[in-house]
Amino acid sequence: MKNQIKKTKRYFDTESQDSALNTKPEDQKVEVYNIKITPNLLKANKFKSNKNNVFKKPTHNNDKIKYKGKAPIDKSKLEVHSRGEGIGKSVKHPLHAAKLRKKEKKVNYAQDQAARAEILLTEDHGALEVDEDSKTTAISQKIIAENVDITAASKIFELNLDFGPYRAKYSRNGRHLLLGSNKGHLAAFDWVTKKLHFEINVMESIHDISWLHVETMLAAAQKEWLYIYDNTGTEIHCVKKIDKILRMEFLPYHFLLAAVNEFGFMTWLDISMGEIVGHYNNRLGRTSVMTQNPYNATLCLGNSKGVVSLWSPSVKDPLAKILCHKTPLTAIAVDNRGMYMATSGVDRSMKIWDIRNLDGPVQDYRLRSAPVYLEFSQKDMLAVGLDDVVEIYNNCCSQTTEKPYLRHRMGKTINNFKFCPYEDVLGIGTRSGFTSILVPGSGEPNFDALESNPFQTKKQRKEAEVKALLDKIPPELITLNPFDITEVDVPSMQEQMEAKKKLLYLKPKKMDFTPRNKKKLKGKSFIARKKIIKDVARKEFIEQAKEAKKILDLPEAQVAKKPSFGVLDRFVSNPKPKK
Amino acid sequence: MSKLKIKVISRNPDDYLRATKRDIHKLPRNYDPSLHPLEAPREYVRAMNAVKLERVFAKPFIGNLDGHRDGVSSLGKHPNRLAVLASGAFDGEIRVWDLTIRKCTRNFIAHEGWVRALCYTPSGETFTSVGDDKTIKTWKSEALSPEDEEPVNTLLSMSVMSGITHHRTKPLFATCGEHCQLWEKTRNEPVKVFKWGVDSLHHVSFNQVEQNLLASCASDRSIILYDCRESGPLRKVVMELRSNALSWNPMEAFIFTVANEDYNLYTFDVRKLKQPVNIHMGHTSAVIDVDYAPTGREFVAGSYDKTVRIFESLKGNSRDVYHTKRMQRLTCVKWTLDNKYILSGSDEMNIRMWKARASEKLGVLKPRERTALNYSESLKEKFANHPQVKRIARHRHVPKHILNAQKEIRTIKEKNKRKEGNRRAHSKPGTVPFVPERQRHIVKEDE
Repeated sequence: MKNQIKKTKRYFDTESQDSALNTKPEDQKVEVYNIKITPNLLKANKFKSNKNNVFKKPTHNNDKIKYKGKAPIDKSKLEVHSRGEGIGKSVKHPLHAAKLRKKEKKVNYAQDQAARAEILLTEDHGALEVDEDSKTTAISQKIIAENVDITAASKIFELNLDFGPYRAKYSRNGRHLLLGSNKGHLAAFDWVTKKLHFEINVMESIHDISWLHVETMLAAAQKEWLYIYDNTGTEIHCVKKIDKILRMEFLPYHFLLAAVNEFGFMTWLDISMGEIVGHYNNRLGRTSVMTQNPYNATLCLGNSKGVVSLWSPSVKDPLAKILCHKTPLTAIAVDNRGMYMATSGVDRSMKIWDIRNLDGPVQDYRLRSAPVYLEFSQKDMLAVGLDDVVEIYNNCCSQTTEKPYLRHRMGKTINNFKFCPYEDVLGIGTRSGFTSILVPGSGEPNFDALESNPFQTKKQRKEAEVKALLDKIPPELITLNPFDITEVDVPSMQEQMEAKKKLLYLKPKKMDFTPRNKKKLKGKSFIARKKIIKDVARKEFIEQAKEAKKILDLPEAQVAKKPSFGVLDRFVSNPKPKK
Repeated sequence: MSKLKIKVISRNPDDYLRATKRDIHKLPRNYDPSLHPLEAPREYVRAMNAVKLERVFAKPFIGNLDGHRDGVSSLGKHPNRLAVLASGAFDGEIRVWDLTIRKCTRNFIAHEGWVRALCYTPSGETFTSVGDDKTIKTWKSEALSPEDEEPVNTLLSMSVMSGITHHRTKPLFATCGEHCQLWEKTRNEPVKVFKWGVDSLHHVSFNQVEQNLLASCASDRSIILYDCRESGPLRKVVMELRSNALSWNPMEAFIFTVANEDYNLYTFDVRKLKQPVNIHMGHTSAVIDVDYAPTGREFVAGSYDKTVRIFESLKGNSRDVYHTKRMQRLTCVKWTLDNKYILSGSDEMNIRMWKARASEKLGVLKPRERTALNYSESLKEKFANHPQVKRIARHRHVPKHILNAQKEIRTIKEKNKRKEGNRRAHSKPGTVPFVPERQRHIVKEDE
């Protein structure tokens, strides 16, 4: 075959033709037809040549296939969108199992699609990169301002205000800022455009402030009562049901304004109806350390004994308690996903806890001084306020970090600070005003416009308000695990058993002893009759109890044989059995 | 600091705001679960809202067809035109209706006495009616000229007939009365007569899938199956009380449902008549008529208790109950072939049109509307077993007489159960056997 001219391979040549050519002896005359190749002809030929291998399974060779189908999805991305594992093989009935398999297929498809949709996200998250040998801690706001674009640089600013320590809070879409001072200065403004909504002095001390569900309404906890203002500074309500509030949190999905006051009374006020849905004393005394867990909308309250307790409006006892520090707590923060809680005590320690697990701190840090405030950002950076310095830690929950990611020295004491949602900004309320600094990589770059939209128009806001009101979650659903509602109601069986058990210890029914003939009400025969009726009732009750016991099949409480001391037995204490 | 790189979020508002007022608003989405907290309780609240809205929008009554001068006795669906309906009345009048405009297009006196039954031929060109005057008359569906008003064909029978049904493909139809008779269009005499020692039959129905099979309900409480190729009837099952009507499942050829006088409906499998596949309870009086939806998943039943009930064919209880103040005893019900409407004829001369799904929106749905509805539908399904959701979804307001009757039936059932239990407890073990509900209503099966 050496002298055969090597045929150049054409895209329209199929393999079988090739092989046919190769096997032909050279000396055989090959008739050549002049055929004009058209696409139709090609198609027909292709079909003919493939006819033989119709029933052959195509053997996949990954190297040769040009298009391998859909791009694979990153496992970590899939994990993010996972709604938990499937039920698997625990369902025995074939019909139900098939139905479940079908449903799980759909769920998996949705998960895939959600993970794939990440490619459509437009913005990149912020970052800070330096040489390998140097640290990011040394980078000051001045350097950052010089190295970012002008709009971002304008987010670094400082307000020098006169009325004493300020508290600052951002609205849920991160567009508006609310400042309230201890000496009564209350101001709200669009901090991006620096457009002032209103500025008043309420002539009373303000202890805490909070935006309500939209940026047209805000609440201020003043000296005595709770006041609600609109975005022009007009007082809409004065809520006198709640007094002397120390700290407030707004739960946006429940429309609840949660507050704790000087005497330890906790109050949840439904701001859509003006009703108080929960009001009780937490019996912890005065505490001003409160935060909400955004994952399940419970309140975290820290007290002077170092215990953090979780509260919901429907239960008058804490849902959970953890002893975090042996000294009074100074600050608590919970991250957005409800995974980690950071606490700090007067003993200068800061601990990170797995809030769903609650055994042992995940991390334990010792700081230079006791933190006055803690706050998690959307991307899980932790800001720690130490007197007049803010330190921001990155990745401090899952691993131990030595150096802070950023450090900012204020020169004035810090009152509180908040990360601005959907921005790389940390707003700090201080003793003499408000400071805004840039923290690259702290904010979520891609917002969901149907959840909270920084570029919301008035119409959209109104629409969203109505939608949010329709989806208002009832306060009874505030539990430690928000997915409780989708679980199968297993403990009800236990409750049934409890109910049955109670049957045993029922009070005997009230009996009517009056005979039909009223004349017989007095005398010996009446007493006898009374006795008979009582006896019958008792018998009936005993029978019932026996039956109930049989159903429950309760093992008789076995009394351990006491060691005998002979004559001295009478000195062994014999406590009354508890009922 | 030679290699310093800083990047911060800095959004250009132009990317997020619409360019002109005519543009649509930009809605960037991010499906990261951490941005959508409290997913489960929010979904639960939405499911509650969805199920409440479903009840709010549940307005099934569309309108009535008014014109008959006596109670409506029978209805006939056109096999290939959705808008056409023929109805017969107790005074012998037949009316043909246009359902889209809800007007009568044609009316004429067809028989002396009742119009017992009506049925269209498979082509839809003609329809046949039987009446108390022992005649079978065939009429043209559309009357273009005055001659078309006259019957195309009139057949005389020896006895009174009470039901008629047409073969799916062949020019054959069956009537019932004293016996079940098979007729051919061109002949004046029945082709075949099936007898099984019964005084009278009052309903007959051809299977539309297994085309040669037909079944009839007899006054001796039995249901009889025939094959039109054979000379005699096939099988018979006798029940405790008589069955009033019968409908074949159009998707499963071997399944049929009968409306019984004992307030229940029974679904049978042809292969196993000894015991019904399912008992459908809910009516508080005799069930008069039954008709399957074209999907075979549901059927509608009309009853003497003045209500229409919709059942899912695999479930024992009704999915919905329709009633109005003015509707009297039902005489006939039909499920239209587009699976969207229910037609019911009743004693007080009206034919009523209902939606098959009470809260469904009629007309064209916009895509966003449809996705919203689909979403709420799947939420309802997801949270269907939550007590609150279930309670709202199940609640139906029924007239007082129904409510009282339901209560009465419940107490009677409880009483019977208690009595049987007592009897069992006080007799020799094994003498009072436990009979399942499904076998209780069947007397015997004959071959």
